Amino acid sequence: MNTAWNIVRKIKEHVIEKVILFSGTTSILFVLLIFVFLLKEGLSIFWMVPLSDFLFAKNWYPISDPPQFGILPLILGSLFVTFGAAVLSVPIGIASALFIAEIAPPKLKEVMKAGIELLAAIPSVVIGFIGMMTLGPLIKDLFNLTTGLTALTGSITLAFMAMPTIVSIAEDAITAVPRSYREAAIAMGATKWQTTWRIVAYAARPGMIAAVMLGIGRVIGETMAVMMVTGNAALIPRSFLQPVRTLTATIAAEMGETVQGGEHYSALFAIGIILFIITFIINGIADLYLHRTRK
Amino acid sequence: MKAQTEQRIAVSILFLCTFLVVVPVLVILIIISMKGVSALTVSFLFDMPQNGMTSGGIFPAILGTVYLVVGAIVFAVPLGVLSAIYLVEYAKDTPLSRLIKLAIVNLAGVPSVVYGLFGLGIFVIFFGFGASILSGSLTLGIMILPVIITASREALESVPKTFRIVSLSLGASKWQTIRHSVLPHAIPGILTGTILGLGRAAGETAPILFTVAAFYLPKLPQSVFDQTMALPYHLYVISTQVPGIPEHTRYGTALVLLLLVLLLNLGAIILRYQFRKKKKW
Amino acid sequence: MVKNTVKVSIQSLSIFYDTVQAVKNLTLDIFPNEIFTIIGPANSGKSSLLLTLNRLGEINPSYRKTGTVLLDGENIDTLNVEILRRRVGIVFALPFPLPISIYDNVAYGPRMQGIKKKSILDGIVESALTEAYLWDEVKDRLQSPAMNLSGGQQQRLCIARVLALKPEVIMFDEPTSGLDPISTARVEETLRTLKAHYTIILVTNNVAQAARVGDRTAFLLMGELIELDNTNKLFTAPADKRTDDYITGKFG
Repeated sequence: MNTAWNIVRKIKEHVIEKVILFSGTTSILFVLLIFVFLLKEGLSIFWMVPLSDFLFAKNWYPISDPPQFGILPLILGSLFVTFGAAVLSVPIGIASALFIAEIAPPKLKEVMKAGIELLAAIPSVVIGFIGMMTLGPLIKDLFNLTTGLTALTGSITLAFMAMPTIVSIAEDAITAVPRSYREAAIAMGATKWQTTWRIVAYAARPGMIAAVMLGIGRVIGETMAVMMVTGNAALIPRSFLQPVRTLTATIAAEMGETVQGGEHYSALFAIGIILFIITFIINGIADLYLHRTRK
Repeated sequence: MKAQTEQRIAVSILFLCTFLVVVPVLVILIIISMKGVSALTVSFLFDMPQNGMTSGGIFPAILGTVYLVVGAIVFAVPLGVLSAIYLVEYAKDTPLSRLIKLAIVNLAGVPSVVYGLFGLGIFVIFFGFGASILSGSLTLGIMILPVIITASREALESVPKTFRIVSLSLGASKWQTIRHSVLPHAIPGILTGTILGLGRAAGETAPILFTVAAFYLPKLPQSVFDQTMALPYHLYVISTQVPGIPEHTRYGTALVLLLLVLLLNLGAIILRYQFRKKKKW
Repeated sequence: MVKNTVKVSIQSLSIFYDTVQAVKNLTLDIFPNEIFTIIGPANSGKSSLLLTLNRLGEINPSYRKTGTVLLDGENIDTLNVEILRRRVGIVFALPFPLPISIYDNVAYGPRMQGIKKKSILDGIVESALTEAYLWDEVKDRLQSPAMNLSGGQQQRLCIARVLALKPEVIMFDEPTSGLDPISTARVEETLRTLKAHYTIILVTNNVAQAARVGDRTAFLLMGELIELDNTNKLFTAPADKRTDDYITGKFG
């Protein structure tokens, strides 16, 4: 009675399992497609501008005649902002993670974690908006500048945005340190703080490195907020108190004005290739460290 | 005694750092709420923008964001859940499954503006969808795929192994086991991940910049091939590109976007909490 | 009792998990409608043997076997695995009800075979629960969650769930290890009545239980078959010293 039904079921299941297998591999497909399409649209700039000039020439004047496509100011802009954000966010983030994981009483811990989850949920354009409206004027007045939209403003804003990534991943790493380590340290007469700092933080190092890497990856790739608060001057930066322009902001701000398939257009895609490769490497390293903690 | 003093100082510093992270979040929320709430009127939410966005409402932007988010979910959830099923239920520890996991990690790390470039290259130009809701939704969908996959994997892995063994021992096939004894118990977790993905998609700007977003379009989209306004892009535009927009309109737009995203996240948190409370195993 | 047919025939069976050998070159026959008990200390390969008979062991990636198992003379590796698992049911050491209703637990197997009609399912559920001596206790709350039953009731529910498959062989893997003496007695009583219709394979580390319910008993030690005989003979006059030591409690 059920044989026909069972044959239909078998065929159906066979199809479903093939669909599942295909779906499983789509992540690889998308990573490849992203890379292929960036190359397809971006590579042609290198027929015109050699890679070394593209990377190290000092002028980004994409719409002058003749145009100049040197992304050194943009790379330095990204580096300035990323470095500033890292200097601020890494120590504060790790300290917060230690506090939340090891010291905070359970109630406070829940509140702090919720706060950090909340921060992660705020759209970057909203953070950029607030940075522009409140932090910018503050910095302008504080340092007596003509504009408050500077590398420093960008660094502070981005430091804030990297925080959820750094804190939550570092906290996971700290929580994963076996209880016995702490008990052994306490049994030998160490204070809570000595245990936290010398034993727990030390054991959680690989996870913390991963947290920092992923935080930096987030900062380099961040677009909207950084575009709204850094002032967007494509000049070689000399100080944290002047406007800069990052790689991401350049793409976002200029793509609208380009001619599809033109030099400027493909130069922006080429910047995309560079960003893709940078984040690929950073995430790969972070993943390596994450797996090291699990073992 | 010295160690005790050291401990007191250290703990104070750690507390101060955490304070530095959490308090600004509250400050942001309070500033936006206070300055934006006066703009929140029925006409602001449900009217078309007028006079080059200096007056009128933001209805097309709200609706556009809803369309984009729904489109992204329709694309990403089935694909993400099936992909998670493959990784948890079918894949063994092979080079292929390791490659897939690495790909997911990297998809999660690709900058949002690079997704925008990708969407422009593949959907707008290569497939010829133009700047449209379809292109924007697909781009956002691929961007939130890692969120959906990761949440679904965790949900599937949390279903006890014994359910699978019992089901197989009763003569169920592998797919029947997944369909009847694993998936139903993973649904709340998958749903939580889906809502988080929704929140992420609703707030992103860079991926829709070149794939769908319209600067000023005071009419509603008619099909998936139309352009649309969207809330996050609208906020960007009125705060940086157009002079003379009243401050409370900007803050009002920021507040609407923030409320939308936070409510979605709150929904996910409540769902997760309910699920943990009811969990029977 | 003369048996001229063999229900399950195990021939030179060895089972490995990666490089560890759990069962070593085992050969034995199990007859229809007997209670075949397998005793032995922990890690003697008893559970691995059961998981081989319905090919459930295969879901563990490190599992591997050599040798042959015949069911009614047919090699189990050539049978459809889903049908094999319906013919050879298993009841685990701990009751693992699925987190669904009592009714749905019992109807799970039949539904997976494509039986959808409510009247047929109702009949199967009632007779399976009756056969497992659970019907009277649960007939008024078939739709309530199976997780709410007591431990002993859950174990009888798991028996009913297997009976609903209409199996030929039922394997019990230490089915009373988590139960109190009264529940244990009920399960043992169930076993004796089931014998009329099914072939029973009972793995137990409770020597007294084997003596109470088994027709024939096999003693396994470190994956090797030490002795196999009628239960009476094995318990009163064991041929091997190690069997004697085990059943008298010198180790275990």
